[in-house]
Amino acid sequence: MSVLVLLEQRGGLKACAFEAATAAREIASAAGMELNAVYIGQSLTGQEECLAGYGIAKVYAYEHESLSHYSNDAYVPIVRDLARELDAKVIIGSATALGKELCASVAARLGVELAQDAIGAAWDGGLVAKKPLYAGKVLADVRIHSIPAMVSLRPNTVQAAPQAGPTPEIVRRSMPEVTLRSVIRDTAAATAGKIELTEAKIVVSGGRGVGGPEHWHVIENLAEAMGAAVGASRAVVDAGWVHHAMQVGQTGKVVSPDIYVACGISGAIQHQAGMRTSKIIVAINKDPNANIFKLCDYGIVGDLFEVCPALAEEVRKVRA
Amino acid sequence: MKIAVLVKRVPDTASVFKVAPDGKSVLTDDLKYVISPYDEHAAEEAIRIQEAGGGEVVVISLGGGDTQEIMRTVLAMGADRGIHIAPPEGLELGGHGVALALAAVLKREAPDLVLAGKQAVDGDAAQVPERVAELLEWPHASVVSKLELGAGKATVDREIEGGKYRIELPLPAVLSIEKGINTPRYPKLPNIMKAKKKPLDTVTLEDLGLSADVVRSQAEIAQVASPRTDRRNKIVGGDTAEAAREVVRQLRDEDKAL
Repeated sequence: MSVLVLLEQRGGLKACAFEAATAAREIASAAGMELNAVYIGQSLTGQEECLAGYGIAKVYAYEHESLSHYSNDAYVPIVRDLARELDAKVIIGSATALGKELCASVAARLGVELAQDAIGAAWDGGLVAKKPLYAGKVLADVRIHSIPAMVSLRPNTVQAAPQAGPTPEIVRRSMPEVTLRSVIRDTAAATAGKIELTEAKIVVSGGRGVGGPEHWHVIENLAEAMGAAVGASRAVVDAGWVHHAMQVGQTGKVVSPDIYVACGISGAIQHQAGMRTSKIIVAINKDPNANIFKLCDYGIVGDLFEVCPALAEEVRKVRA
Repeated sequence: MKIAVLVKRVPDTASVFKVAPDGKSVLTDDLKYVISPYDEHAAEEAIRIQEAGGGEVVVISLGGGDTQEIMRTVLAMGADRGIHIAPPEGLELGGHGVALALAAVLKREAPDLVLAGKQAVDGDAAQVPERVAELLEWPHASVVSKLELGAGKATVDREIEGGKYRIELPLPAVLSIEKGINTPRYPKLPNIMKAKKKPLDTVTLEDLGLSADVVRSQAEIAQVASPRTDRRNKIVGGDTAEAAREVVRQLRDEDKAL
């Protein structure tokens, strides 16, 4: 009986891997089960010590050059077989683009249920995941009875919290023989050098109030000052001002940063679905009746072309 | 080429969702239902492929009686026929059960390509297309924003955080579709009329050789609640520079978030 956590990597271990490990440690501790982890990627070497303090007994490391990028054909059988070998009762992964694909595929192979994109998970004799439904308008506690019970956690919703503890034992495994049916022909970074929206600690988003693509630099300037990723409302994406990969909302990305700054965004339901779980929401809008002020922590009623530069200047000043 | 499209009937997320007295579900009386938006993109893509190269588009959906309404919409968009999987009333299927039923139909239909929305916007569970592919042991890719077909293969752009993979898969394959791929058409009135006469078969779980026990959800909603409403709603006044200074001070000194 054990808990298995899937450590996601892209080059190095991702922040969400430590968040998942933190949640998994609490579940394993409450359930009185051993916690193990699986790493699939090019090489774990040099990152072992980062994994201390999460209560992980063993990290099963499948390292190979061909495993550096996610592939269903290669990853799914590894996790399925390891879950069986370790008699996993709970499997915790990350609700990233690739993590969701992995979890769904493993769940199918094991014939079990999966709470995807949960914002929390706990053990109270069984596994309960907290899961937003209907564009986040409802929060459900989902009790999963299947064994194992699977949960993928939305990035940034659990705070990674290592404690004092030993570095886990690393069990190096050779890559199982598989036929790769799908082949990655190319990888492209759409926003090279920029901070990824779903993983950012701060997000600055612009809406229709920005007025046009020629004014978008106001949003980018504030984002740069705050060290933030740039997001956009659906109106802006539909108008073709920015790429749809930047859209925050029901039909875009779901973000949970520490600070979300909404500039010239009215706060439509569809947008709320993508940012509602942000820890602090700052709204800038010239319309005092804008919906966004009802769900913000701090609001400034004013012209974003004045407020955004003022905020950027102030942040640069205090950080200098 | 034969293409199957998987669609789901979901409540319009612009609706107001009220927690039911049992505390475990939402009241459904006032909800308006629509085809899940990503599924519309999947249907559009399938129909475009058929228009360009011929073949057949089969729309498949699992759900209650009203499910046929949204299936007719897909038929009006241009799909050729539909298969409605009608589970017995009161039986809750989980992600696993839904995938078992869909996979059973797909096995019989043996399409060259299966397209589905990347997630349905009711539970945003984002797992049925992947599960179906794994049960059929077919290759698959998720969150596809571009699709090109070649001889016996598909080449797709698969969106990931901050970039994309270009993946080549042999057919038959299952793809979950992202919205950037196309702009779905509105069905024209003559096509809506024509769609009423297109074949739409109903199959039961029994027809598919699946018992209720096999597909019944192994998860249950223990409780539902409205999300947090404890935002501070603090409107910071003063001139622009003062307001900016105050917000930054709050974020930095009080909230320790900056």
